[in-house]
Amino acid sequence: MNPTMLKRWKHSLGHLVLIAASAFFIIPFIWMVSTSLKPIEQVFTFPPEWIPKPFAWENYLKAVDYIPFWKYLINTTVITILSTLGVVLSCPLVAYSFAKLKWRGRNLLFAATLAVMMIPGQVTMIPLFLIFNQLGMVGTSLPLIIPQFFGVPFYIFLLRQFFLGLPDSLREAAKMDGASEWRIYWQIMLPLAKPAVLAVGLFQLMASWTDFLGPLLYLTNEDSYTLSLALQQFQSKQGSEWSLMMAVSTIMTVPIIILFFFLQKTFIKGITFSGIKG
Amino acid sequence: MKIIERMNANPTQEIKTSKKKAHLSKGITGVLFASPWLIGLFLFYLIPLIVSIYFSFTSYSILQPGEFIGLQNYQELLSDNLFLKSISNTIYFAVFYVPLSIIFGVGLAMLLNMKIKGMTIYRTLFFLPTLVPHVAIAVLWMWLLNPGFGLINGFLDMIGISGPSWLGSEKWSKPSLIFMSLWGIGQSVVIYLAGLGDISNDYYEAAEIDGANWFQRTFHITIPLLTPVIFYNLVMGVIGAFQQFTLPYTLTQGQGKPANSLTFYVMYLYDNGFKYFRMGYASAMAWILFVVIMILTVLIFWSSKRWVHYQGK
Repeated sequence: MNPTMLKRWKHSLGHLVLIAASAFFIIPFIWMVSTSLKPIEQVFTFPPEWIPKPFAWENYLKAVDYIPFWKYLINTTVITILSTLGVVLSCPLVAYSFAKLKWRGRNLLFAATLAVMMIPGQVTMIPLFLIFNQLGMVGTSLPLIIPQFFGVPFYIFLLRQFFLGLPDSLREAAKMDGASEWRIYWQIMLPLAKPAVLAVGLFQLMASWTDFLGPLLYLTNEDSYTLSLALQQFQSKQGSEWSLMMAVSTIMTVPIIILFFFLQKTFIKGITFSGIKG
Repeated sequence: MKIIERMNANPTQEIKTSKKKAHLSKGITGVLFASPWLIGLFLFYLIPLIVSIYFSFTSYSILQPGEFIGLQNYQELLSDNLFLKSISNTIYFAVFYVPLSIIFGVGLAMLLNMKIKGMTIYRTLFFLPTLVPHVAIAVLWMWLLNPGFGLINGFLDMIGISGPSWLGSEKWSKPSLIFMSLWGIGQSVVIYLAGLGDISNDYYEAAEIDGANWFQRTFHITIPLLTPVIFYNLVMGVIGAFQQFTLPYTLTQGQGKPANSLTFYVMYLYDNGFKYFRMGYASAMAWILFVVIMILTVLIFWSSKRWVHYQGK
């Protein structure tokens, strides 16, 4: 066999293995979307109809009707947007201070930040719940939003690493021109850190959108449910309405996929950055 | 010279004080910039941390103030059968899931690192499951693994195997969970891929000249140089496995059924704290978890000296 033939063989074999492996990842996904569009009589047939005939778009309308979908969508969106805003406002500011400003106790505080990163959330979960309970915030979405405005250690850590990589020369030049520290941060350093801030914002956005334990703890009032919580409740009450549950699952996933296709590079870079530098 | 020194005496002092002022104001700016986190660190981390230690020695419940009972919570846990069951379930999951996720993760990353056409499409396909919210993953897999009408048993039926009842079976419930967790390993694959990209091509060229085959290249170059990334994913995997909650909770409506085979540590902790309102007891559980995770992390770090290789070192 000559080298080009061998290469071609290798490539075909590669494709074959890849297609087989992809099947494991993509079939459940296709199944979710397919079931969500099936008329009820096709849901339980085997061998399966992969493409529903006809498309039962009304499943989506039914699912949306079954639970107060719009209310839950708004609840989820509000929590997601506000907590992401909190992270994007607070974390770069703190990270910048850790990376570029000098002050007493900075290193100690940064060490403390790294240390609390190691604490499992379950340890602080109960006292935090009691604090929010004392403040009368249990049953509202505030406990899922407020902490983000005060910084998240992991994000602060990632952003600090990013700021450390930016040269000091810009900062010094701006200082010569008499710019205040705030202006240097807001108009020079923060725009330079945009890719990292975007990645961190995206992490929080995903975390809030898909969060389950947080809403389970704090959203005790059915009016304040998020989509994750609503889907779980729906499942435990109407466990056999597969097409409707798949419809809700699809609705929850689609916004993330759209976001992924627009911000693919940021997604991948963010994960890689946290993996390599973290 | 002396005159100059004398002339300069005053100005230098002035410079010194102004420098000190500048330093001071700089210090204040730094603290101001960090102030949200200064508050957050105390309010949302350090104070709850201390309160949680204290709670673990009390019979505190949200319904009644409770009292200091020393080590009683910890003693009671040792004879709490469900607690012990939740530990064995959690260890079972971690022992199988973490190594499997590393083997599959590295394998997939190597596949996705081949230089062939259409790779971006494949990479996207592998990543898609990680975009599905956990609750939706649970609901989807309940459907796929449905004993009567699920896709998986349907396929098994076609090739003449009568499939188990998966999540309904005490024996198969944890393997099912491991299986569906492996579906979402796209994120670690991305990290492995980045690690593979970082391996210098010189090594492979040198190996080629020496006539090394694929097997030798993989086990003497690729895997050793991937160990820093494997190390990272190992630490994260262990931490994540011990904190497993959303999937088993959704799969079992919080009940850990059948026969508590899916009652994981954090689920039982949640039940104690928020279903039975035994917050002191739950806090003791949280501290045990914290200590165990810390010990494991330290052990992995300690062992890493023996098996993690960095390039150029």
